[in-house]
Amino acid sequence: MSTRIETEGSSTASTKRSYGPLAGPTRWIDDRIGLAGLAKKQMRKVFPEHWSFMLGEIALYSFVVLLLSGVFLSLWFDPSMVEVEYQGAYAPWRGVHMSTAYASSLDLSFEVRGGLLMRQIHHWAATLFLAAMLVHMLRVFFTGAYRKPRETNWLVGLALLQLGIVEGFAGYSLPDDLLSGTGLRIAEGLMRSIPVVGTYISFFVFGGEFPGSDFIPRIYVAHVLLIPGILLGLITFHMLLLVYNKHTQWPGPGRTNDNVVGYPLLPVYMAKAGGFFFVVFGVTALMGALFQINPVWAFGPYDPSKVTAGSQPDWYMGWLDGALRMMPALEFTVFDWTFSLNVFLPGVALMGLLFGVLAAYPFVEQWVTGDKREHHLLQRPRNAPTRTAFGVAGITAYGLLWISGGNDIIATTFGVDFYTITRTLRILIFVAPVLAFIVTKRICIGLQRQSAETVLHGRESGIIMRSPDGAYSERHVPLAPEAAYALTAHDRPDVAALPPATDHNGVAAPHNRVQHARARLSRFWYADDRQKPTADELEQAHAHGHDDEPAPELDSAQEFQGVNELGLPRRH
Amino acid sequence: MSHDEHRTGEGATEGGTGSHPVGGAASVPAKPVHDGHRVELRVGDPVADPGLGTHEPRPTDIDPAAEKRAERQISLLFAISALLTLGFCVAYFAIPRDTEFAGTNALNLTLGVTLGLALLLIGIGAIQWAKTLMDDHEMVEMRHGSSSSAEDRAEALAAFEQGADESGFGRRSMLRGTLLTSLGVLGLPAVVLLADLGPLPGDDPRKTVWAKGVHVVNDVDGKKLRLDDIQFGQLVNGQPGVFFETEDGEPLYEGTELLNAKAKASVVLVRMVPDEIVNAGSAAKGVEGVLCFSKICPHLGCPISLWEQQTKNLICPCHQSTFDLADGGSVVFGPAKRAVAQLELGLDEEGYLIAMGDFPEPVGPSFPEFYQD
Repeated sequence: MSTRIETEGSSTASTKRSYGPLAGPTRWIDDRIGLAGLAKKQMRKVFPEHWSFMLGEIALYSFVVLLLSGVFLSLWFDPSMVEVEYQGAYAPWRGVHMSTAYASSLDLSFEVRGGLLMRQIHHWAATLFLAAMLVHMLRVFFTGAYRKPRETNWLVGLALLQLGIVEGFAGYSLPDDLLSGTGLRIAEGLMRSIPVVGTYISFFVFGGEFPGSDFIPRIYVAHVLLIPGILLGLITFHMLLLVYNKHTQWPGPGRTNDNVVGYPLLPVYMAKAGGFFFVVFGVTALMGALFQINPVWAFGPYDPSKVTAGSQPDWYMGWLDGALRMMPALEFTVFDWTFSLNVFLPGVALMGLLFGVLAAYPFVEQWVTGDKREHHLLQRPRNAPTRTAFGVAGITAYGLLWISGGNDIIATTFGVDFYTITRTLRILIFVAPVLAFIVTKRICIGLQRQSAETVLHGRESGIIMRSPDGAYSERHVPLAPEAAYALTAHDRPDVAALPPATDHNGVAAPHNRVQHARARLSRFWYADDRQKPTADELEQAHAHGHDDEPAPELDSAQEFQGVNELGLPRRH
Repeated sequence: MSHDEHRTGEGATEGGTGSHPVGGAASVPAKPVHDGHRVELRVGDPVADPGLGTHEPRPTDIDPAAEKRAERQISLLFAISALLTLGFCVAYFAIPRDTEFAGTNALNLTLGVTLGLALLLIGIGAIQWAKTLMDDHEMVEMRHGSSSSAEDRAEALAAFEQGADESGFGRRSMLRGTLLTSLGVLGLPAVVLLADLGPLPGDDPRKTVWAKGVHVVNDVDGKKLRLDDIQFGQLVNGQPGVFFETEDGEPLYEGTELLNAKAKASVVLVRMVPDEIVNAGSAAKGVEGVLCFSKICPHLGCPISLWEQQTKNLICPCHQSTFDLADGGSVVFGPAKRAVAQLELGLDEEGYLIAMGDFPEPVGPSFPEFYQD
């Protein structure tokens, strides 16, 4: 290495302690805003490494892509519902009356060079943004990363997801083509279903009757200013909390609840995360080039008397649309007020229910488990069977709603009657999550047992040994200490004991009903878990098992208890 | 940071003595020496923390040739990226807007592929740089508790109490009361100012442009319809004739007004053999088996457009509410509660289909005041 490369940073700077050309600007800035104190700490901040930590990054970067491509689109898009006669480049609609918004969407697609590419990048990035947020949320849920002290950031994340859904729907509405108008027609119906004030909400939002001429300009301001502004603020807060609380990490050798093991922000994550931004941007650009999305010219301007069969919303609205399709006709009138629960429950209340449950979950779990400690180590899903089972049950319900959202496509694709699909789904939405819960919990406990077996007896080698007296056994390979530690480096949860029915004076304790409920829930949460082996168990297994010996010890015929279903001698 | 001094670029020597040691204890792997590590067993833990493993050098750490090769490879990625970006600019000017290539727009394809690959190569290059050439010793940073220290908390509370006390906010109840009231009342203008967002609903959701004598016309060309224009089993999309009428060369309805009116007034006409109509009341509102129903779904307002000729069912493509037009438009299946509204038909002197009045009930999605007068 030559000594010329002073600007390259620490490798030579640390020996020479002369910061070369950086010294001047650094001093100039620091004299004014004094950031060196912060910078010296944060520039070498350590982040742990795992593939699942990149999911949130994808969401962040696709948001940046959305900002960049959105600014481009806003230079040409005209959010007006004033009617014009189209005379642009796309021949099929020439002479047709349409809103200015739709005409400018067509101009963006056919006359502005790169406009179609940016439109498609923007739409693909939006679907990616929401998908990445959702998967990131699932990662955080299933690994218990939302536990103290990160409950605040969990709530911020939920707000981001909700706003992202609204933002996506607003953007989907802007081109004012037949598809987006159909989506708005449904949204207007949802507003009307709000008890008592629904009609007023609809009239105020649309500036009168649907579709009116006010909605697109109004939703445009929400889409380009209001919601992105809030999103940006919340994302900043999300990141600041991440920096303050430091990132969670997987337990493992040397990785404890008190430290972070990983690589420094500068240079490793600057390069990796910065590079990953370009990867996300590049992939969305390639998708925008190669995969068509939302061809707004295909269906023409919005006309409330027209619709295309098989209209589908963007994927993240699919579950809500599916809930609307699945719901039976439940509508009644009390005291002259009509309550359209067939619309209100799936269309409005369900979203509140989902996010309410998600927001409450960390606090419910904390109350049941009584665990108020700080957690910086992630849990494997198997080591929290009840949580994992809740999560899978939720995914199952979401998936069924989503399937319901495509019931017409499924019906035509597979030649099934959609009445049958919908009726089946109406039953499954109640049954399947329960089954998913039970099955998942059993699978998790099974995996816990397998982990415990591996710790106690080592890994199965696949080598079958025959002893001189004819018994067969499989040789187990002892586990490396690092692997054994990784398998056991998690907490051993305490099941809350039932409180005594009487207090110390022998009088029935008044306030222990809540404690009873908590104890029962705690038992439900943990009682079936296979706890990790204790040190005694491990010692016994090593003393007793002799798995690394070619043959099992069988002193007498009495000790031989037959073979199990795998043909291995029963020994324990 | 002391560990920097242990880094010499070769990755061969590792320090275990700094306050934040790096890379694990290479000399004594079985016995961790890091501070902050629990070397002892936690209660009930079967296996002790063996500590961070030793650093495995990469080929680029020990082989200068591999290092040079990696550097060349990554530089090549960056160089290709720059060429692709230039290609993007050339394509922008060189390719005409409407050229087709492989069934897609050539300009869009070229711009997207060059830009996408250029970005991707920068990303891959940077990540590869980090993975092969940047120092890959794991670092350990200690966590701090998320809470402030007890003293800080106490001092903050004391400062707040002192400030609150000096303001007299707690003591001067009249000041407090009037200030909070004036601030609270400020919420009202924030709501009141929004009142002009829209007119009050009034009767608008209940009325459509249909009235006695309005012709039912074909929705495409606006031609008036006779009974013979509709064949048995056929479904025809209709609109009120006023949408196609002009006054002094200006259409009566256009723009927003037309869309608002259409969102309520669109209809479908169907002709059935009179025997097939099971609902006598519904049949009476038609003319010789020609019935007219609202096209706007009473569930969420989508145009109901899928016609099953055999079953006489009309299906909404949005949420699959299914209406039996032979039975007065009643709901057969789906989330809609109400039957689709029927428009009473008649004939004018020339035998053209006309409406005999407006719909008997509001069309489209339900709303809270639906059944109020």
